[in-house]
Amino acid sequence: MGIKWNEIFVGGDPLLVGSQIAIVLTVVAIVVGLTYFKKWGWLWREWLTTVDHKKIGIMYILSGVLMFFRGGMDGLLMKAQTARPEMNFLDAQHYNEIFTTHGVIMILFMAMPFLIGLMNVVVPLQIGARDVAFPQLNALSFWLFFSGAMLFNISFVVGGSPDAGWTSYFPLAGKEFSPGIGNNYYAIALQIAGLGTLMTGINFIVTILKMRAPGMTLMKMPMFTWTTLITSIIIVAAFPIFTVALALMTFDRLYGTHFFTLSSGGSDMLWANLFWLWGHPEVYIVILPAFGIFSEVIATFSRKTLYGYTSMVISIVGIAFLSMIVWVHHFYTMDAGPAVNSFFSITTMLIAVPTGVKIFNWLFTMRKGRIQFTTAMLWALAFVPNFVIGGVTGVMLAMAAADYQYHNTLFLVAHFHYVLIPGVVFAVFAGLYYWWPKMFGFMLNEKLGKYHFWLFTIGFNVTFMPMFFLGLKGAVRRAYTYSAESGFAPLFLVSAIGSIILAIGFAVFCYNIYWSFRYAKRDVSHDPWDARTLEWMTASPVQFYNFAVVPEVKQLDAFWHMKKRGETLTLKESDIKKIHMPSNSGLPFYMAVVFGITGFFLVFEAHIAAAVAAIGIVIGLIIRSFDYNDGYYVSVDEIKQTERTWRTVEGGTENHVG
Amino acid sequence: MSANVNHSLPLEYQTEQNRLNILGFWIFLGAEIVLFATLFAVYGVLGHRYAGGPTPSDIFKLNDVLIETLLLLTSSFTCGLAVFFMRQRDMKKLLVWFIITLLLGAGFLFMEIREFIHYVHEGATMQTSAFLSSFFVLLGTHGAHVTFGIIWAVMLIIQLLQRGLTPMTARKMFIISLYWHFLDVVWIFIFTFVYLKGMVG
Repeated sequence: MGIKWNEIFVGGDPLLVGSQIAIVLTVVAIVVGLTYFKKWGWLWREWLTTVDHKKIGIMYILSGVLMFFRGGMDGLLMKAQTARPEMNFLDAQHYNEIFTTHGVIMILFMAMPFLIGLMNVVVPLQIGARDVAFPQLNALSFWLFFSGAMLFNISFVVGGSPDAGWTSYFPLAGKEFSPGIGNNYYAIALQIAGLGTLMTGINFIVTILKMRAPGMTLMKMPMFTWTTLITSIIIVAAFPIFTVALALMTFDRLYGTHFFTLSSGGSDMLWANLFWLWGHPEVYIVILPAFGIFSEVIATFSRKTLYGYTSMVISIVGIAFLSMIVWVHHFYTMDAGPAVNSFFSITTMLIAVPTGVKIFNWLFTMRKGRIQFTTAMLWALAFVPNFVIGGVTGVMLAMAAADYQYHNTLFLVAHFHYVLIPGVVFAVFAGLYYWWPKMFGFMLNEKLGKYHFWLFTIGFNVTFMPMFFLGLKGAVRRAYTYSAESGFAPLFLVSAIGSIILAIGFAVFCYNIYWSFRYAKRDVSHDPWDARTLEWMTASPVQFYNFAVVPEVKQLDAFWHMKKRGETLTLKESDIKKIHMPSNSGLPFYMAVVFGITGFFLVFEAHIAAAVAAIGIVIGLIIRSFDYNDGYYVSVDEIKQTERTWRTVEGGTENHVG
Repeated sequence: MSANVNHSLPLEYQTEQNRLNILGFWIFLGAEIVLFATLFAVYGVLGHRYAGGPTPSDIFKLNDVLIETLLLLTSSFTCGLAVFFMRQRDMKKLLVWFIITLLLGAGFLFMEIREFIHYVHEGATMQTSAFLSSFFVLLGTHGAHVTFGIIWAVMLIIQLLQRGLTPMTARKMFIISLYWHFLDVVWIFIFTFVYLKGMVG
């Protein structure tokens, strides 16, 4: 089947036409701007070809902000549609598309890049490493993720969005009931992005296991590094399942196989099982790093070592294990029988135990601490009660028998928003306010940050708290409208108003970034928060080689103890040696482009064109195989010069510290 | 990262970057295990859903499968010999055994493709039933891995000829041998759970 050109551009709906015009104008503005300011070379050298983990992290975070905007817009549109009964703002089809893309984008293209971005920036610094284990692979991970995200995003103006929900259950997501190409986007864009995520997982496992500074045993690792390690292990264990599930979906949709169809022996429940075998661990892939961020922030701003460090580690390992054996709780009502449901009910409830351990550890860390109410700390403080609401309602849902009542209602939707927003989004905000000076050399404005915090947390509660009650009254999820007689109208309206407050909070955050880029003080200290872990030993922003001399670690919170021992930041000249660095490479970017083109043709089921484009992938792999570029060395003089700009090098003439 | 070479170790382990790459590849193989385990699980669920189409005992040609098995298992042994001679720094024997490995792999692929064509001619396509969908995708994924391995190995042979045995080429050789043995292990599972079980009942 070839491409039908008249089907490519989705038209008709004024919202879509408006978006198309906006997209074209934005692209034109970017191209014109880059040309006018002669920034193409800079963009290529500094960003598109970079293998520096810090810059890759920043690109991930930037993508996260953009995708948050897109996913948030979807959320606002849904809230506008349900604000009043029997609204005609969106039709049923459009509503289906929007809740589908909202879910996919928020989980895979917002939460994931935000967290992987922070991991990229912070983890090598926390363990005293010069980079990740495979810098070029890291760039490839990012560009594949980005390619998948872009492919998914163009669906709403080119060819039609997926509309079968973020879970894309069969038989609905199959060719029979979704004959358009929308769900091809789901299968192929997520596949490309997933490949990138898998490589990130492998990269971070090796980095953390093998590249820690001398003296840093596993039990002296900062908590964020621990959670990153465990998350990476879950990624490697879970993502291949999704790879297979998506591949089988692609075969069913594009080549007429019978994995998940109702005819010829296929099994639609097989999709549900495979999807959640990946999908449930995925929840913990996004929540565990967030726990790590809160641990760092709470310890720093309570001025205490994290309480119960060992039990924290045991509990994340326990959560990781349990996360793999609870997936059936997503479909208790699909007739698996009481024995199966009971097993998954019990394992699900067990997760509350290690999670409770962590909550109490955070509280005990704060106890008798000298708490500083910075913006980052406010997010961590707000996280605890909000997340507990999500957790308790989770235990309510975990009871299989009771779930027959809550299933597919807004109660469930409220539950997972209460887990994911305080758990992930609050953590990302805490992490961004906390590590921002490390990334950019200036702080985000604390006052604007507090407006952002209050608007966002209040808006969040006003939006999602009513949904618990709507769900208990029987309002179902995924329904685009409801009747006036249902009595749902007042709560839906409150929820819609909440979403506007939430959006204003996010807008304040964006304004804060803009304001801080223009006006924030630039002479921020290397350690503005008086923090505890190794990343604060380096300059802000971090010099490209991270550490002039790799630090030696003696205990947990290594940097804190160095400060206590009065070990100053003076370097001995004789300790400085030349540093080996990886070279930039355009190959990862090229690979993402050919993957994107191949994916695009596959979406439109243009198999010959896709095969031709896939040759580009093979060529890229061959070029990589013959690439013997072993990087380059930074000279001792250059290191000395760089270090002198912010600290004392013995024998140096200049004296800038802090 | 930097080239602090440790000569007491085998060539492929001498630099730090090499050690990182080898560990990374082991973890990648872990992901591959999950991938194939999932495909086996899918086959386990769908493998008896014939939907009125042919069953395993209707179509499987045990002779062809035995030849395929023989070719692939032998190739794993010759690949081991290639790595053995790499450790001896004997470039010539390394190349000879490695090329034999590839030829055996190519022979396996030839037989497998022939087998598939035979099935399709008998009307057993992957659109016929869930059993055949899962059969072709499981076997096809393995076959695609073998194909990929052969292309990769040819690239490596060119590099060995260009550069001789260095820590870097030795590492690449070692990693591809891990990959090749892994494919062999997967085949043993395919042979057992798909063909033998299919023939028995």
